[in-house]
Amino acid sequence: MMNIVFAIIAAVTIAAAVAAMSLRNLIHCALALAVAFTGIAVAYLQLGAQFVGFTQVLVYVGAVAILVVFAILLTRGSEPPQQSVLSAGWIGGVIVTVIVLAVLVFAIAKSSAIRGTAPPQPPATVQQIGDALMNKFVLPLEVVGLLLTAALIGAVIIAMKEEGRK
Amino acid sequence: MADDLDQIFVTIDHSIKGLFPEPWQPVVSAIISIAALIGVFASLFAVTTVLERKGLGRIQNRYGPNRVGPFGFLQPAADGIKALIKEDVVPYAADKVVHFIAPLAAVIPAFLVFTVLPIGRNMVLVDFDAGVLFFFAVGAATELSVFMAGWSSRNKYSLLGAMRAIAQMISYEIPLILSAVTVIMIVGSLSTTRIVDAQAGYHSIGLPNWFVFTPWGFAGFVLFMIAATAETNRSPFDLPEGESEIIAGYYIEYSGFKFALFFLGEYMGMFAISGLAITLFLGGWHAPLEALEFIPSWMWFFAKLLAIIFVFIWVRGTLPRLRMDQLMNFAWKFMLPMALINIISAAIWHFMEPGYQRWLVVAGLVAASYILLGRGLMEGKKLEKRTYRFAE
Repeated sequence: MMNIVFAIIAAVTIAAAVAAMSLRNLIHCALALAVAFTGIAVAYLQLGAQFVGFTQVLVYVGAVAILVVFAILLTRGSEPPQQSVLSAGWIGGVIVTVIVLAVLVFAIAKSSAIRGTAPPQPPATVQQIGDALMNKFVLPLEVVGLLLTAALIGAVIIAMKEEGRK
Repeated sequence: MADDLDQIFVTIDHSIKGLFPEPWQPVVSAIISIAALIGVFASLFAVTTVLERKGLGRIQNRYGPNRVGPFGFLQPAADGIKALIKEDVVPYAADKVVHFIAPLAAVIPAFLVFTVLPIGRNMVLVDFDAGVLFFFAVGAATELSVFMAGWSSRNKYSLLGAMRAIAQMISYEIPLILSAVTVIMIVGSLSTTRIVDAQAGYHSIGLPNWFVFTPWGFAGFVLFMIAATAETNRSPFDLPEGESEIIAGYYIEYSGFKFALFFLGEYMGMFAISGLAITLFLGGWHAPLEALEFIPSWMWFFAKLLAIIFVFIWVRGTLPRLRMDQLMNFAWKFMLPMALINIISAAIWHFMEPGYQRWLVVAGLVAASYILLGRGLMEGKKLEKRTYRFAE
């Protein structure tokens, strides 16, 4: 039962990811990417990580996908490109991909994580995640918050300058 | 007797489930509950369309629908048949696949969010540990459907409408979530059932223990309802539709049943977000007075839901539409700081001893920030009687 569900999720996610790479129309690619994000979120849910799964949907489908779509709309026309989606250097790309994959497979096969049985899954409730964020990891959390606020203000300032010049 | 009536739907669910063999029972139970949710809220949609048109007619001094059935109450059936047999026009230049998927992408999340709303005692479909987060995550997915509808139509007006809708939804989602955060902080849980449980019981003066009867809860509730109105694109925040300027926004190019699906999705969004407001601030399915507890819990949920829908209709018939800059100023200069201050006041409430000092401090903080922020928003604006050049 579990494996069938996982197979369906994996098939949908991979198909969407392949579509996101290979479709001609960029908006279609972005929408396929949103489907892939959702598939990953469902995979998290199946692993029992509710918080991560819902946050994945909230952040990636709700915000990142919208951002990608807006970026495409604002930077170029929505006409699909006439030339092939594969760039001329695809052979080089394939070689690099194979090398990276080989390194990853080698590293995973060597690591101790796959030997022996997996430890029992700890029940990660939202409460525990909140406790950890607010007690143990409060400093990194604040630093990240500060960094993001600075980035936000910086973005606003860049956007404002352009308007003042007119 | 009262208890039997209260749990009648749970009992029915259990008895139907009992007719099936053991391994099928969870699936059967899920199917029954889903069918019931879709049936109940879709019929509520039908009733609400008539009520809304009648109510708006009453406000605007006209009859509203009054031809089909007694007092026009069979109007939704006629509308449904009309939508079904109408030709489904797809523009020649439209992106056919995305154009087809968009209404489905709008309706499915709108129904999904009902699964975490407790609509009665023991009546919640899935009790997620992170129920409120699930609600907001699935709700955020509707933004993508709005974009798909606006973009795939290949129509300037629909794309403009979609851009407006997305800008508005993103801006108002922040105060919406921040105002809900206060309740999550006080309860200490994201589970909808635990939030409702935390609001059980009554004060000594007879008021129920709902969060709306605390200073931070009241401010949070008002902020939440304003943001919810904007999230569901209802008047006075219905600029994305703006029929007088961009015709109907992102669904200009939709006709027949696809348009009906969008309409359904919009109303479902309204019911769902009202349901969340009831869960967070209005005590869920709890009765407002101890003496009224004999009335079944699910009746209280739907009574509160209809009351909120009534307010939505009332507001729609009363307030004029905002301008785009007013909309954005209101969201970023008033709603957002107010929601942040409200979080701080909820934290103060949490750490102070119960008593009247707590009430004074928190209420003072909320009122002062309301007045100061309101003044700030009004600064530099001439608010006097409008003079007309030619009309007078």
